[in-house]
Amino acid sequence: MKDKKAENTWFDKPANVKKIIIALCIICGLLMIADFFYDKHAHFAAEEWFGFYAFYGFIMCVLLVLAAKVMRVVLMRDEDYYD
Amino acid sequence: MIDGLNPALILIVGALLVPLIPQPSRRVYVVLLPLVSMLQLILHPSGTFGEISFFNMTLQTFRLDGLSFVFGLIFHIAAVLGVIYAIHDDDPIHPTAGLLYAGAAIGAALAGDLVTLFVYWELTAVSSVFLIWARRTESAFKAGMRYLIVQVGSGVVLLAGVIILFSETGSVAFNEMNLDSIGGKLIFLAFGIKCAFPFLHNWLQDAYPEATASGTVLLSAFTTKLAVYALARGYAGTEILIWIGAIMTAFPIFFAVIENDLRRVLAYSLNNQLGFMVVAIGIGTPLALNGAAAHAFCHILYKALLFMSMGAVLLRAGTCKGSELGGLYKSMPFTTVCCIIGAASISAFPLFSGFVSKSMIVSAVAYEHLTLIWLMLIFASAGVFHHSGIKIPYFAFFAHDSGIRCEEAPLSMRVAMGITAALCIGIGVFPGALYAIMPYPVDYVPYTVAHVITQLQLLMYSALAFTVMMLWKIYPPELKSTNLDTDWFYRAAAPAIIKPISAQVARLTISTQQLIAGTATIGLAAFHHLLGPQAKLSRAVDSNAMVALVTLTLSIFLLLYLVLS
Repeated sequence: MKDKKAENTWFDKPANVKKIIIALCIICGLLMIADFFYDKHAHFAAEEWFGFYAFYGFIMCVLLVLAAKVMRVVLMRDEDYYD
Repeated sequence: MIDGLNPALILIVGALLVPLIPQPSRRVYVVLLPLVSMLQLILHPSGTFGEISFFNMTLQTFRLDGLSFVFGLIFHIAAVLGVIYAIHDDDPIHPTAGLLYAGAAIGAALAGDLVTLFVYWELTAVSSVFLIWARRTESAFKAGMRYLIVQVGSGVVLLAGVIILFSETGSVAFNEMNLDSIGGKLIFLAFGIKCAFPFLHNWLQDAYPEATASGTVLLSAFTTKLAVYALARGYAGTEILIWIGAIMTAFPIFFAVIENDLRRVLAYSLNNQLGFMVVAIGIGTPLALNGAAAHAFCHILYKALLFMSMGAVLLRAGTCKGSELGGLYKSMPFTTVCCIIGAASISAFPLFSGFVSKSMIVSAVAYEHLTLIWLMLIFASAGVFHHSGIKIPYFAFFAHDSGIRCEEAPLSMRVAMGITAALCIGIGVFPGALYAIMPYPVDYVPYTVAHVITQLQLLMYSALAFTVMMLWKIYPPELKSTNLDTDWFYRAAAPAIIKPISAQVARLTISTQQLIAGTATIGLAAFHHLLGPQAKLSRAVDSNAMVALVTLTLSIFLLLYLVLS
């Protein structure tokens, strides 16, 4: 019985997952706008570029995952490779 | 407080008594013991104590100053949390080995000379391996052997370095050193092995995920941070550390993305976090060194918390493989929340502990205008959020429902996780308390508008990247797999080459023995000629050459053992 009750939680509904994604997009949008409204005391030229941290974070994460996928082709073996 | 009494000795002697004390008193004893020794540390005045004259060396077995205090304190906190976490388990191996290991690490951090450091250094190796063997599986036993060989090997290198340094300078004091002499280089290498420098790192990812749930929590706290302390004490401002550290922050995150065993993912991110501390030590300014110490302090807590949550998953769900987990938040909500707090802390979200310590390091890099290093560190910051911050909680507790329904973690685990989580948030919200115990006076404000916004931008857009790649199915799925790392060289390549050779050698040895047996008389005469009182091999040899020879022989022996075991 306990199990059944646990099946229908908030996260199981696709509509709610969509809400989380929309919330994330809104937060990202607001953070981009926030870039206009604070004093950048930059140590590097790049820090002065508009939304540098946002773009850098996004692009580097995509590159990270793509590179890791390539690594998998080379480095991945069976789970019991060393046994 | 007893004047001059080394807290490490309280722990070490006390730990040896643990198996003799029956349950349920043992549960109380194992928590009280590190608390008593922590009190001794906190109340003790600074200075050097426990001087021993040994041959013509002066050993200072107990040195308490700003730097050793921070590490001594956090090691104590980790010991208390680690034994609380393990209380549910009646097996005395965890508190015994764990407290002995903690005592050794604290003894090493409080050592004022390199000989004392060496003794405790080896004790951390020998005591901690039992936390891996406690898993009692064949693969844990083998991984434990490999771990022990690497750790003891680092001690052998350390000893060789110390002896050479002593013969050159006549002192064994553990203070600032440099890379100009062979001795200095060997000691640096020994620290580097324990600190999991690139290419010397793989013992960490190999061994930690093989330990028990409680074992990994304890392991994650001491060995590598002891190495960080040793580097900060001996090699602060050594420029090459900046590059070594920056590489350490970056390369493990690629492995972490494709690794399936979630505790191994954490071992890779541990490696990445060490990189931040190593960069800071390489910079060597007061701000950077404070950053290294503060980051070690915070890191021990959030890394323990993450390993605690994954340990609870391992205990309850029976596996830590991302490919087999998912949807566990339904069964383990408390563990889920604690894991997310650990994840937010390691990702350096504002108001969590990692933010107030990592900011110091990134600022120290910025003040020195090291552009490339800075770019690597913020890439690594985004990357660590990507795999430790999102991947770990997502694949364990959310993602697709694996159908696993289990109990929530036992009470002792929840208590330990709860306290650790509270500390992670506490430090993040009130960084002043942490800054107050740093080795140098802190004049640093982590919460500026620019810091908070830029950090949030970095993190939220990394999260956006993860989400987009999940939705478009670009993100690599969790697969049952082994990923090759540098351990391939000694676990697969070297045995493939050396095993046939060693078989040949064994055959040759047997024939040689027969030959020798047949010609024993001639042999004895020849030996007398070579080794007799007037013979060539009996003459005195330079002690440096002997040290080098012994080190080389031991290293070859260790390597062969590693490869053939």
